[in-house]
Amino acid sequence: MTTTNGFRICPTTGLKVHGAAESLIKANAVVAVVFLLIGGLFGLSIALTRWPAVHLLPADWFYLALTAHGLDVLLVWIIFFEMAVLYFASAVLLNCRLAAPRWAWAQFGLMLVGAVMVNVAVLQGNSSVMFTSYPPLQASPWFYLGLILFAVGALIGCAVFFGTLVVAKDEKTYQGSVPLVTFGAVTAAIIAVFTLASGAIILIPTWLWSVGLVSNIDPLMYKLVWWGMGHSSQQINVSAHVAVWYAIGAMVLGAKPISEKVSRTAFLLYILFLQLASAHHLLVEPGVSSSWKIFNTSYAMYLAVLGSMIHGLTVPGSIEAAQRAKGFNKGMFEWLRKAPWGNPAFAGMFMSLVMFGFLGGISGVVMGTEQINLIMHNTLYVPGHFHATVVAGTTLAFMAITYLLVPLIFRRHVMFPKVAKLQPYVFAIGIAGISLFMMGAGTLGVPRRHWDITFADALTTFQFSPAAFLMLALNGLSAILAALGGAMYIVVVVASVFFGRRIGDTEKVQLGPATGTQAAAAVASYGSAGTLRIPGTVMLVGVFFVSFVLYYFVNWKYLAELWPLR
Amino acid sequence: MAITPPSERLWWKEPIHKVELIWVIVAFLWGVAMFFTMIWWHGFGQQNMSNEAYRIQPYQFAEKVDAMIAAHTVRQEGAFPVVKPPPGGDVYLMGRVYMWWPMIELEKGQTYRLHLSSIDLQHGFSLQPLNINIQVHPGYESVMTITPTSSGEFGIVCNEYCGLGHHTMTGRIYVVERT
Repeated sequence: MTTTNGFRICPTTGLKVHGAAESLIKANAVVAVVFLLIGGLFGLSIALTRWPAVHLLPADWFYLALTAHGLDVLLVWIIFFEMAVLYFASAVLLNCRLAAPRWAWAQFGLMLVGAVMVNVAVLQGNSSVMFTSYPPLQASPWFYLGLILFAVGALIGCAVFFGTLVVAKDEKTYQGSVPLVTFGAVTAAIIAVFTLASGAIILIPTWLWSVGLVSNIDPLMYKLVWWGMGHSSQQINVSAHVAVWYAIGAMVLGAKPISEKVSRTAFLLYILFLQLASAHHLLVEPGVSSSWKIFNTSYAMYLAVLGSMIHGLTVPGSIEAAQRAKGFNKGMFEWLRKAPWGNPAFAGMFMSLVMFGFLGGISGVVMGTEQINLIMHNTLYVPGHFHATVVAGTTLAFMAITYLLVPLIFRRHVMFPKVAKLQPYVFAIGIAGISLFMMGAGTLGVPRRHWDITFADALTTFQFSPAAFLMLALNGLSAILAALGGAMYIVVVVASVFFGRRIGDTEKVQLGPATGTQAAAAVASYGSAGTLRIPGTVMLVGVFFVSFVLYYFVNWKYLAELWPLR
Repeated sequence: MAITPPSERLWWKEPIHKVELIWVIVAFLWGVAMFFTMIWWHGFGQQNMSNEAYRIQPYQFAEKVDAMIAAHTVRQEGAFPVVKPPPGGDVYLMGRVYMWWPMIELEKGQTYRLHLSSIDLQHGFSLQPLNINIQVHPGYESVMTITPTSSGEFGIVCNEYCGLGHHTMTGRIYVVERT
């Protein structure tokens, strides 16, 4: 290792890695994984309670676990990991020192204090208000204060990220424009600033309301502003995990974007339009007009969806181009068949891509259609959708890149390689099941956030169809599988980080069939538009498009069978 | 590569590959089609959310519900009065912890103005097995025109979390053949 001024040179990638950045990436990633474990256990207990034959938790614990599950995985795990991604995409990829490491530690400290505070408040039992905490339902003041501290911490992290970009530009640590992955991280950070500002605007008055200084919080206004944080923060995840897809394609296969211009424009569409998503939660609300709903729910004519559909072509397209350049040219799919499916980083990344598009993307657009929302709002279809986007999409992508961060940043060999190899498959199958069966149950009308759909203690009762109960049982089984995949991930990562064989200072790591910057040379440089052939990707995208159109109109058909309503 | 600066300094001047260009155009047009489908349905579809809503104090809404119960109750079912408002008339349904109040009886094929509100927390009106789901807010009265086209017994479930008894919050709508 050549250490100069707090830097070391990575023997695998040739990048200069700043010691402070490395420590912060490690700290944030480790805390993220701890909260994934806690939140994941809550999640498993929820699915086992929903399974009528098991019905694990009593009602009060179920609602408590549901609140904690949402907070710990959707917020704490993901945003801590995103802080690690931001520092990686700025300081490491740009060969630069991290700006203001002390502020970065303040980010870490504030977020940790906030996360612990929220968890303690929830576990005390008087803050089972769900992740969304809709007023007039009121949590303890510590619940809101914890969230505010967490958000302030994250905001500081974004500022450090932007500061690092300025330092890199100033000290000329890179040539030309920032890499695409960094560009994606910039997108995520810009959206994060908008998101966290929305959170502050609504959570500060709500906190004051909980301590008695504000008399009333309008429930509709709260939802409108809160979802400016709640939904837009999911767009941070989308930007971050799309950046991670590109990063894994590049690091494992030496994939190069088909065209920088198109991929970057797609990220730009996220910045410009994803913020309108608050409307997705107000489609069957009183007091909001249809024209407002239509414009906002469609991100102004689906321009942000367009961004994701573009990445849906360019990410697999860049992988196909890289594989074909290496000679996997037979037929339509040799490039895909002979991809490194035994490499958990690649396998996780590709399954994340496919499931995000087919399960999460399509269901999201359909559910976000103004009128169709009427047959899905607040049913289990909603969690079915977002487990496909946030778990199959974001969490699986983050798990996948961990298999690269362990050797590159923690400088340890991945332990139990056979377990690691299977892990993404076990997790992905489990999550696919969770998403599909919850969507199925939701289509049959099963409500979300509901302890007992047999209504045993209710004054009047309603009998759901046996198919709904079957769906919930299958959901429970899938959750067990997903939890197993999650446990495999945590065991492998924790064991590797603490007990893995150290990687020597000059030892190169093999990340995939082609690794390091030298691989780029193998790929035909773009500009020679004629030589690039990606028929396999075109076929995949075609199948996606046909499924999308069919599923969209099938749901209009379902809607048309309802009682007339206007 | 995606983790290194673009190899072409002037990447924004690169030509776009034909496959990418076609997909961008197709995806854009599909977005436009979906956008106009929503607008088209407002003109030609039968199921649209009404834009009619009023601010109201919870006690005022409760008074309207009581007036309807006093005028149109046809029978009692356990704790619930069953109310049969005249066809074409106003139906008031109130969400509160933990019941949908009162029970309603409607005639198939008749049109009613349904008023929904809550007197305490947010609730989720979820009519099953039809699967019609509408959010109900305290302080807001939403009004919509509905025409039941199928008869039988329909359950109302609450699908917005409203406290520890949330799963016991139910109600019922009967739809009977026209007399």
